[in-house]
Amino acid sequence: MTSLSLRDVSKSYGAVNVLRDINLEIDEGELIVFVGPSGCGKSTLLRMIAGLETITGGTLEIAGERMNEVPPAQRGIAMVFQTYALYPHMTVRDNMAFGMKIAKKPQAEIDAAIANAARILQLEPYLDRLPKALSGGQRQRVAIGRSIVRDPKVFLFDEPLSNLDAALRVATRIEIAQLKESMPQSTMIYVTHDQVEAMTLASRIVVLHGGDIEQVGAPLELYERPANTFVAQFIGSPAMNLLAAEVLQGGEQTEVRTATGGHAIVPIASQVSDQGSSVQLGVRPEDLVLTESDEYLLSADVEIVEALGETTVLYFKPKDGEAPLIAKLPGIHSIKKGTTIRLTAVPEKLHLFTDKGISFLYR
Amino acid sequence: MNPALQGLITIILGVGGCIGYFYLSNQFLDKVLFPARGKDAGRNINRANMIRPWLFLFPAVFALGLYLGYPVIETLRLSLTDRSADGAFVGLANYSQMASEPKFWEAMRNNMLWLIVVPAVSTAFGLLTAQLTDRIAWGNVAKSFIFMPMAISFVGASVIFKLIYDTRAADLEQIGVLNAVWLSFDGGLGSFLFLRLTPALILLAFAGFMVYGIYISVKPYIWSGNERRGDAWWTFPLRAVVALGSAWLLWLSVWSIVSVMTGTLPYGEPQTWLTVPFWNNFFLMAVLIWIQTGFAMVILSAALRGIPEETIEAAILDGANAFQIFFKIKVPQIMGTIVVVWTTITLVVLKVFDIVFAMTNGQWETQVLANYMYDKLFRANDWGVGSASAIVIMLLVMPILVWNVYNARKEMR
Repeated sequence: MTSLSLRDVSKSYGAVNVLRDINLEIDEGELIVFVGPSGCGKSTLLRMIAGLETITGGTLEIAGERMNEVPPAQRGIAMVFQTYALYPHMTVRDNMAFGMKIAKKPQAEIDAAIANAARILQLEPYLDRLPKALSGGQRQRVAIGRSIVRDPKVFLFDEPLSNLDAALRVATRIEIAQLKESMPQSTMIYVTHDQVEAMTLASRIVVLHGGDIEQVGAPLELYERPANTFVAQFIGSPAMNLLAAEVLQGGEQTEVRTATGGHAIVPIASQVSDQGSSVQLGVRPEDLVLTESDEYLLSADVEIVEALGETTVLYFKPKDGEAPLIAKLPGIHSIKKGTTIRLTAVPEKLHLFTDKGISFLYR
Repeated sequence: MNPALQGLITIILGVGGCIGYFYLSNQFLDKVLFPARGKDAGRNINRANMIRPWLFLFPAVFALGLYLGYPVIETLRLSLTDRSADGAFVGLANYSQMASEPKFWEAMRNNMLWLIVVPAVSTAFGLLTAQLTDRIAWGNVAKSFIFMPMAISFVGASVIFKLIYDTRAADLEQIGVLNAVWLSFDGGLGSFLFLRLTPALILLAFAGFMVYGIYISVKPYIWSGNERRGDAWWTFPLRAVVALGSAWLLWLSVWSIVSVMTGTLPYGEPQTWLTVPFWNNFFLMAVLIWIQTGFAMVILSAALRGIPEETIEAAILDGANAFQIFFKIKVPQIMGTIVVVWTTITLVVLKVFDIVFAMTNGQWETQVLANYMYDKLFRANDWGVGSASAIVIMLLVMPILVWNVYNARKEMR
């Protein structure tokens, strides 16, 4: 069942278009992650769903009802802010009760809702404390508790982990995943710029870039079948290598030669007419393997070696005007800086993009 | 010599003297007294650093001691002696004489009235203007205008308001704004609406507010729920004072409603506003409120800006309307600042002198303590009673001052 849908939603401040024609259907029980670089419009989109920003164009529906002009409190949403946004002068209990008190709910109902939220989030010992007496992780749990108490149709999370330190971030991320599991019917939308959060939490990821949706899909789908070079390089770390290449022969499989003399037969279909056209060959750093044979993909001078024990990361000297290439080899390798090495990859792991950056799979 | 030149020379000498003192005394400490060389260099540096703050504080401590500390002691001594009997010790005779004067109790009553009305109204107006001018395009222009009276001296403001309250004979054109407005009322429906109903309703609202104040103060002691947990020892006296004060104001406002509704108004006759007993106090207070609203607004508007935007957005999502956001989210978050503003204005009010001196000089039942003190000290030359009233003012200011400093320090943390 569709829980939330965006149709041709756009946002502009004067002449500046921040979001263009966003179309998205979110089913009940999904955890959707909006991910993208700073300024891509992900937070703006979330705030438009919440009702904190007006919608310039298009339609927002929640549970089948048009919500564009409905006040935030009546949209059936609850939001968790990056800075927690707890009311500093109220105890944890009052923070969670505020919305229900405003709505003039009976005291018994309020108490039951708070007891339930406190139990789920293990906040019982802290109910009578002020927010300033809590740690960062506890404050974020209170903020989540405040949204649970509202019993919303859709939960909105705006970078909820960004203000936590690294260790707490991992722990709280797992807590949010468990919270989602304990409330399978609830729909959640989660904004982050951290792709680890996106990959671990999402049922589907929405990659935003410059006000457009680049791709929507399950985490591994985005990893394995990126729709364009932006998604390919945004998902995965280090970013995917892109090699300038030329199509030698199109068809069921595509034979390409890279600008640096590498050669590969990629099991991705192309047109015969593609022959001779210039393309971009994508290969993830972790898919590269060392080779001695003449049938290599990449031959380059090692500039920096980062030996991490479990992996060895090699940075190659970039050719003129190109991004540096990176290889991530499992285990320990005694490769010296300055040596020239040859690398190849399993053909199934290769990605093929047009010179405009569109994947051949989605062309 | 031209006075301006004298002033300039004084400034140059004063500032130069200060700089010279700080520079030379610092040099003396570092180079002569505890030089940072030789075998005791480390010890000398530590000692010099221990002395340095006192060196720099000395001029201020000395000046404050001479011009503030010493006069307090001397005033206390004067209040306990009789100057005409060669400074003989008379105990509390001056105080008892003062207590027997109705003018003193009039000054006390008026001061209490000022104390309640001016800080409350100034802070309320300041908060209102701060909120209304927040985040609108011409808000800063509006703020500048409201803040401008702060630049006017109390005496200057009094002169301006004297013109507003000015009276001419009935057949002449009125130059006072208030009388010009007053003469446009003729006792018809408009007069009833503006001069009886509106003030009565405002007073009624005030009375209702006072009832609420009493209710809030005594609630925990009558319906003792779980709200008394962690009460400090001063909660009970504070609540008692608030309740009694509210009760007095309630009585006052109910009495005022009756007099407003039933009193006969002299339509068509220009009024000498400053001679209307009791109400003329409020005409004087208007001057101080006009000045202090700007101060309250500037401080409170900075505090409002400091409230995290997310807490307001969270309240919007929780369904709070504009009033609930203002009273339940914004005001509690800046309560500390409101208290500081309130107590700061209270201190100004307790010392109020210039306005009363310039406008009525304490006649027609407008006397206040500071002007009473001035009357006794410099007009009646009664140094005993004058000093006694000065001590009374100081005793009244002291607790509020301590409370103010305590709150200001808490705010800074």
